[in-house]
Amino acid sequence: MAVKTLAAGKAVSIMLEIVHMTVNGEEKELAVDPRESLLDTLRNRLNLTSVKRGCGVGECGACTVLIDGTAVDSCLYLTMWAEGKHILTVEGLKSPSGELNEVQQAFVDEAAVQCGFCTPGLILTGVELVNSGRKYTREELRKLISGHLCRCTGYENILNALEKVVGYH
Amino acid sequence: MEVVGKSMKRVDAFGKVTGEAKYTNDLCPKDALIAHVVHSTIANGEVLSIDTSEAEKVPGVVKIVTCFDVPDIQFPTAGHPWSVEAAHQDIADRKLLNTRVRLYGDDIAAIVGVDNVACERAERLLKIEYKEYPSFTTVEDALKPEATPLHPDLRKTNELIHTSFKSSPDYDYEQAKERAVREYGAEHVREYEQTYRTQRVSHCHIEVATSWAYVDVNGKVTVTASTQIPHIMRRVIAQALGWPVGKVRVIKPYLGGGFGNKQDILYEPLNAYLSVVCGGRCVCLETTREECISQTRVRHAVIGKTKALYTTDGRLLARTLDGYANKGAYASHGHAIAASVATVYKDLYNDAYGCRADMTTVFTNSASAGAMRAYGVPQSVFLADCQIDDICHREGFDPLKFRMDNCVGKGFRDPGNGITYYSYSMKECMRRGAEYIHWDEKRKAYANQTGPIRHGVGMSIFMYKVGVYPISLETSSARMILNQDGSIQVELSATEIGQGADTVFTQMASETTGITPDKVYIVSTQDTDLSPFDTGAYASRQSFVTGKAVKKCGLELRNRILDYAAYMLGRPVEELMIHDNNICERIPEEGTTIQTDLSAGNGYGYVPDGSVDENDRYQDWLDADVKHWNIDDLPSGRKSILRDTGKILAKPGKVLLSMKDLAENAFYSLDRSEHITAEVTNHCKENTYASGCTFADITVDMEMGTVKIDHLVNVHDSGTLLNPQLAEAQVHGGMAMGIGYALSEELLYNEKGRPLNNNLLDFKIPTALDVPDLKVIFLQMDDPMGPYGNKALGEPPVISVAPAIRNAILNATGVAMNELPMTQQRLVAAFQQHGLI
Repeated sequence: MAVKTLAAGKAVSIMLEIVHMTVNGEEKELAVDPRESLLDTLRNRLNLTSVKRGCGVGECGACTVLIDGTAVDSCLYLTMWAEGKHILTVEGLKSPSGELNEVQQAFVDEAAVQCGFCTPGLILTGVELVNSGRKYTREELRKLISGHLCRCTGYENILNALEKVVGYH
Repeated sequence: MEVVGKSMKRVDAFGKVTGEAKYTNDLCPKDALIAHVVHSTIANGEVLSIDTSEAEKVPGVVKIVTCFDVPDIQFPTAGHPWSVEAAHQDIADRKLLNTRVRLYGDDIAAIVGVDNVACERAERLLKIEYKEYPSFTTVEDALKPEATPLHPDLRKTNELIHTSFKSSPDYDYEQAKERAVREYGAEHVREYEQTYRTQRVSHCHIEVATSWAYVDVNGKVTVTASTQIPHIMRRVIAQALGWPVGKVRVIKPYLGGGFGNKQDILYEPLNAYLSVVCGGRCVCLETTREECISQTRVRHAVIGKTKALYTTDGRLLARTLDGYANKGAYASHGHAIAASVATVYKDLYNDAYGCRADMTTVFTNSASAGAMRAYGVPQSVFLADCQIDDICHREGFDPLKFRMDNCVGKGFRDPGNGITYYSYSMKECMRRGAEYIHWDEKRKAYANQTGPIRHGVGMSIFMYKVGVYPISLETSSARMILNQDGSIQVELSATEIGQGADTVFTQMASETTGITPDKVYIVSTQDTDLSPFDTGAYASRQSFVTGKAVKKCGLELRNRILDYAAYMLGRPVEELMIHDNNICERIPEEGTTIQTDLSAGNGYGYVPDGSVDENDRYQDWLDADVKHWNIDDLPSGRKSILRDTGKILAKPGKVLLSMKDLAENAFYSLDRSEHITAEVTNHCKENTYASGCTFADITVDMEMGTVKIDHLVNVHDSGTLLNPQLAEAQVHGGMAMGIGYALSEELLYNEKGRPLNNNLLDFKIPTALDVPDLKVIFLQMDDPMGPYGNKALGEPPVISVAPAIRNAILNATGVAMNELPMTQQRLVAAFQQHGLI
């Protein structure tokens, strides 16, 4: 095997910048690469691995988090933009005693979870809807979750779960 | 049955809604090096040289490996059980990196660096020289004499394999025609000839193909990968590296969807190699979405030239198929998928004179086609059921009645492979689907429509075997270990890929041992150093094949527990049983018959004295197949249930001992210490068919070319359902995948063989706005082959959706769409061509 090991092998040193944000209720002061996406910061620096990378370019919705209550694709959001903001991932949803949030529970009860890879993002969109205090029709819900791709469920049970928490009964 | 058949919540649901379930990349060490694959920018040719000198200077680059550096070993990638017969082994046609470029984006070099930025900068500095040949992405072009053979070491042309299957050896279409004229008279015999085309699509699991690898302290290259088939992956990595199998270890955590793409070996051998050449350091190889779509695997595009012979009163006499499967650049699963297209085409209808189905698999300069949900059968059924509806449309036959009269019948046995319909409900599935969609009323209401908005109903049927026996090996092992508190671990190498395998195996283990499901801990992660052998998730095999292993292991464990209980209690084993985590007195049930036992879990038609309810819709099946069976005549798959007399044929009496007390004693007894475990292999030599159908009710906007699905129903006979709620969810997902296959998904190439839409914006999988409410109906027939009466369900839901929608468009508009996907553009063009708009 004619493979040379290169002497380089050392990272380019990047001037990190400091950012302050509240993540799942905890204040964080982090040194980050200014080119870094919030997705990478949450996964790699804070180990919040519920935030999934499905495409890296805002097509699939798997990396959705709530930023000041609004669902955002964290792969398209620079960490530096999060200065002073409140970030929520599904790791922050469980109650202190370990009980599930109502959206999480609805996903469990309605069998809205299969492979589970799109699930955290969809749950956060669900939490955004719950926080709006409104009720939604099934057709409205279809549109509101259309930024989340799921290949397992056909969306049927996801819509059932969301209707359970924000639908008209 | 007490646990199997109940809608138990998924055992992994909590972990998945909280983000605690860890997937491959979630577990990757943060200091892992990053691997970046360099892809060719031509579709056909050779790499003459790669100058890495400038690229190597980029800070952060650790290693650059080119196609000239890798071991000179060709290896196979198919996720098949290995064959010990050389003639049946998978085709070894690629190296870790290739100098011979066979598709746009072929893997020609790899860069390992500290981050993606370093790798991408280095890639831009590589100087690559190619010799380029004209490229071809279609089978028509690949078969032209001037097309360069892509694998000259294996084949002189681009034809990989051609097979011809016949319903009987002496069948001949031309002779059938002569016979038809002789028997029915020329005026009563018609012939229909048509060509249909299906497209290349991507699996689009939301978790891309990804892995990370390092060399452990014991010298083993250890690969954590998103795979459906950890044990097969271990073997293939060993083959690719030229290492012994024991020096490779594969770990499979939670997985974000596979659909067959991860039943192939993708970049994991390269990942293992890159770690080895980087001194065993941890290297992560995560594909981008673009790579994952165009450089992993796709569903075979198929062209089917079909002919059919039938009588004017609706009897199907004979059919032929001459089909071509677009293999793409590398063999992957070889000809197996094309063979599956041919087999199901031949078997799905009961031609009076016979059927011939020929398939040819052809290499082209495009994405390698491999396994994808239902393994060629969606293509097969599209060909078969477009043809059936075209005949019905031409002759004014009712497609439902025509199918009832001509579809595969009860008791069918494939003459080639011997697979038999043990439990048959194809016609009942059709009846139930037609009833739900209001077939007769709508066929009348939708006749003779004009104007810009039109409605239609359409249908399609399918059959699907379970697992790969007898074409290939079916084997599975299971291990159960008793803990000190009376709970158990269940260890398998059947994989959870989202379908709910861990949950139904938990139910099975509980059902058979008598230990409640909350005390059954299934080990979700597979580790080839620890997990007993199983070939993994494909062919809708696990609940059937692995299910038999779980059952056998559960019986073994139960017997060992009862043996220990007999010692503790000083009573004979025959007087004991396990129920609800206790050792109880076993009270045999008087008058239990084989019939009532076989009915366990299906809830249809039986009454306790073994007679059959008059309203039972399945009486004919019972009469034929079960009622007169003697226990010793039963197929072996079923015997185990009947002989499992401790549980099914007896009820629990007085509680004698808790499992907890028994287990604690067994661990720590100073008199008889015994760590109670069970481990079994089950070599499965049984098979059966699942079946079902789709009915679609749609609205076509003629001017816009849009199809709105108003009602869509899938009816499935998958035997006894193990978990109805999860089963229904599984069907929903398949139906949505079928809608994308019908209307929007296609991986496109330009004239140079470059993929055009390998991203999730332009490759259109359905969103929540594209999927209507989905209706699922199950007929639960207890299959005598299934370990718990169950048979295949994972893949079948996708099969019949696209042809049902296509046939609904035919019903609505009179226009036969013979090519998938039926996009707006294609529909508008077709309506214009027919003078409808």
